[in-house]
Amino acid sequence: MPLKGQRYIRGGQDLSKRLYLISLAAVAIFLIILSRLWFLQFIEVGRLREMSENNRLRFIPVAASRGVLLDRNSKIIVNNTPSFSLAVVPNEVRDKDYLLDNLAQVLRIEKSELLARWERVKGRAKYFPVVLASGLTRDQVEYFEENALRLSGLEIEVKPVREYPEGMLASHLLGYIAEVSEKELEMAGYSEFNPGDYIGKNGIERSYEKYLHGEDGGRQIEVDARGRFLRVMNESLPVPGQSLVLTIDSDLQKASEKALGDKAAAAVVMDVNSGEILSFASSPGFDPALFTRRLSPEQWASYLEDKRNPLENKAIRGQYPPGSTFKIVTALAGLAEGLIDEKTEVNCTGEYKLGNGTFRCWNKKGHGKMTLRGALRESCDVYFYALGEKLGVDRIAMYARKFGLGEPTGIGMDGEKGGFVPSSEWKEKKTGIKWFRGETLPVSIGQGYLTATPLQLAAMTSGLATDGKIYRPHIVKRILDREGKTAKEFSPEIMKNIDLKPEHFRLVREGLWAVVNEPRGTGAAARLYEVRVAGKTGTSQVVKMKDSNLSVAYKHRDHALFVAFAPYDKPEIAVSVVVEHGEHGGGSAASVAGQILRKYFELKGVIKRPASDSEDESSEDEPEGNEE
Amino acid sequence: MIDRRLFTSFDWKVLLLILLITAVGILNIYSASASYRIAGTPYALKQFYWSVIGIGLILMICSIDYHVLEDVSYWFYGLIIIFLLLVLVVGKTSMGATRWLNLGLFTMQPSEPMKLVIIITLARYFTRNQVPGLLGIRAIFVPLLILLLPAALIVKQPDLGTAIMVCLVAATITIAVGIRWSVILSFVLTGIPVLVIAWNFLLHTYQKNRVLNFLDPERDPLKSGYHLIQSKIAVGSGGVFGKGFMHGTQTQLRFLPEQHTDFAFSVFAEEWGLLGSVIVLTLYLALILWGLHVASRCNDRFGTLLAVGVTAMLFWHIVINMGMVIGLFPVVGVPLPFFSYGGTSMITSMVGAGILLNISMRRFMF
Repeated sequence: MPLKGQRYIRGGQDLSKRLYLISLAAVAIFLIILSRLWFLQFIEVGRLREMSENNRLRFIPVAASRGVLLDRNSKIIVNNTPSFSLAVVPNEVRDKDYLLDNLAQVLRIEKSELLARWERVKGRAKYFPVVLASGLTRDQVEYFEENALRLSGLEIEVKPVREYPEGMLASHLLGYIAEVSEKELEMAGYSEFNPGDYIGKNGIERSYEKYLHGEDGGRQIEVDARGRFLRVMNESLPVPGQSLVLTIDSDLQKASEKALGDKAAAAVVMDVNSGEILSFASSPGFDPALFTRRLSPEQWASYLEDKRNPLENKAIRGQYPPGSTFKIVTALAGLAEGLIDEKTEVNCTGEYKLGNGTFRCWNKKGHGKMTLRGALRESCDVYFYALGEKLGVDRIAMYARKFGLGEPTGIGMDGEKGGFVPSSEWKEKKTGIKWFRGETLPVSIGQGYLTATPLQLAAMTSGLATDGKIYRPHIVKRILDREGKTAKEFSPEIMKNIDLKPEHFRLVREGLWAVVNEPRGTGAAARLYEVRVAGKTGTSQVVKMKDSNLSVAYKHRDHALFVAFAPYDKPEIAVSVVVEHGEHGGGSAASVAGQILRKYFELKGVIKRPASDSEDESSEDEPEGNEE
Repeated sequence: MIDRRLFTSFDWKVLLLILLITAVGILNIYSASASYRIAGTPYALKQFYWSVIGIGLILMICSIDYHVLEDVSYWFYGLIIIFLLLVLVVGKTSMGATRWLNLGLFTMQPSEPMKLVIIITLARYFTRNQVPGLLGIRAIFVPLLILLLPAALIVKQPDLGTAIMVCLVAATITIAVGIRWSVILSFVLTGIPVLVIAWNFLLHTYQKNRVLNFLDPERDPLKSGYHLIQSKIAVGSGGVFGKGFMHGTQTQLRFLPEQHTDFAFSVFAEEWGLLGSVIVLTLYLALILWGLHVASRCNDRFGTLLAVGVTAMLFWHIVINMGMVIGLFPVVGVPLPFFSYGGTSMITSMVGAGILLNISMRRFMF
């Protein structure tokens, strides 16, 4: 019978005998465990240790195939192709010296170099493979497979690497991929990479790494003591990276690069109504494929020694004084501040005196009486000296900033420069010396401290074309998921909304139309007969200033610039061209812009392509030596 | 309620013992997960955080008289049964088993608190329903129902490890109360046909395979038998002195499955050898004997049975986990208390330790 109601009748005392027995049982069970441990770790240790030493597990990384880059018409510009690399599993190598001698011979890489790569991954587990060489030839792969037993500890890995169907096209924009460097491995944000991994080093490849890379997978395999494959233990499949549809039109890009030739130059074409970059050329280019297969020291040196700086992305990293192309901003500032109007006249005598200094117009004979339209058309410096003096540097700076100068546009690529817009405050802070009025005059014609990138100039020009709406330049239209469906779409985003009167924009646009289309206009080389083009030439003088005596004649090394938009009545695109040492903007730069504009309208079907032109297209890849 | 005697009779040495095992466990997890490439907080650090939370829980539990548990035990029991039923209906499935319940703020595994709740519930039942002499068939009818309802729900998830654990704990409490030999005998006799039926109709294929692979590990050296072999190799190759901290090849080469959770002890045995294993084993034994000692010197029946139950829970976890690691038992997912990585296991073990300390410090109150 259960006894209810009595809560605490007795404690553990009546159970203590049983609890004592339970304790004994617990001790007995622990003794069984102990004896089993003793059996395994004392009696069986020899056999089990041998088994553990024969256990060989290897981790073979399987790199994810990188996202593909497509142009706006879904044409593939960067693709993947398999590449074989050779890795070594350090703790499985029997004779390191012998192996390295062999490898050095077959791979034709110095033994010391191989050794350096081997040592590079110190601190990592000895059973993780170290990549010694990439881009093996078929013969080399065969050799290593045939000699696997003699050269123990080697492993062949297959990795997708980049392939460039379009060769060097848009090399700066696309960038290249290469093995992650030691320095990068130590940087924050790179912790998930392993030595031997390929990552984007530059351009889109770098800036969009997180989309392009995908997730690397791997296979855990068991091998016997001689390195022979036994079984797959575990496998995680790689997840391919996402592909990018760029805003670039590869045909226009090709035409831009062709127009730039082998000069040190840059050209940017931007859709003024969306900010999409249609063409993004920096010349001379480089061969991105070379970087994937370990650049030879000679090739590297040749790139570094080239005075034209082939590795620099001039379109976003080249900072040039905008020269007379900046007169667009000065003119709009004057109109907006009510300092000039359509009819304001300035008499150009070829020079402008301010205090003790004399500032020369490029036309030493003088332009005579000039209105705004004439001053833009013939790029009269004196007109803008006079206006600049009235404006003062700080008001000029304010308007320059409205057009996005002085700060990076945010195109979404690493390393973009922002150019520079000087102000009196900046100078005083930096040098302790007050701003001289004489320093304002060069700024008003785009010289002096003022600098801008070709991309900024294209954006500035688009602002003029659209009555003040500057869309943020961007180069990626869409990100595609693995099934090819749109995962993310980049829609136009307004970067600057310049609050000026449409009337003022119109006056400056008219001046730019005159530059290209009227007699005595400096930009006649960009003229198209089928489409109305408006543009502005510029010549940028890169010299060191001698004190503040700015009126000293500038020496050679002039850069030629040209900015344009078209069609004049209903603008679609803005173009900016900078040709380093191109002397005069009216010549080389304007003609480059003219060729690019022609191609754009040809591709649109507005301009019919002459029959002879299409033949020219087909023979494009041939050397163009006869042009020289 | 706060009595100075409570403070002086607190078993500081036992708390130290638990902290020592926990610290060794964290060190071991550090080594076991050294070869992992994971983003975020390392396992060892997370385990440290869990242990801090656990110690907080111990102190909290000790400040409340454990007799409160007797009054709320049936409520707890009902609540967890409801949770277990909900798991079957709306539970979260991962890796083929539905064990988790989403409670909005967090997810929980109701089978885990059931381990403690069954102890409290049975302790109360056996305290309030005492029979003279040993328990007969009729006297264990209700306790059997109390046990079988949650056990069946847990098997259904399926979570065989936890179900076995709940049954073992309940059986230990019943044996401590005292049960007739004839009842035990009849259980064994009916158990055999039940096992045959269960084998044929209830067990999942993977569970059958585990048992078969345990009986003959070479049967499927790649799958679950493989884990047993590799764990045995790890433990054995450690030898007397071990391969040294962070130098266990089986561990660092990741031959061990779940080496930071269920197989954490084989990592330890490989790296610290027989010497280290014996030390850890001794620490656990000390803990168990102390638990039983607490039970026998407690002055009220509820406290005694509670202490027996909690000690049994820790004991069976230790024995089944170690037995699995050294190849004495088949692979069942049972963690080693205070040692295996995992917040759930850490919390349950710490709460158990808290209850034991609580009973121990209040031994003079009656």
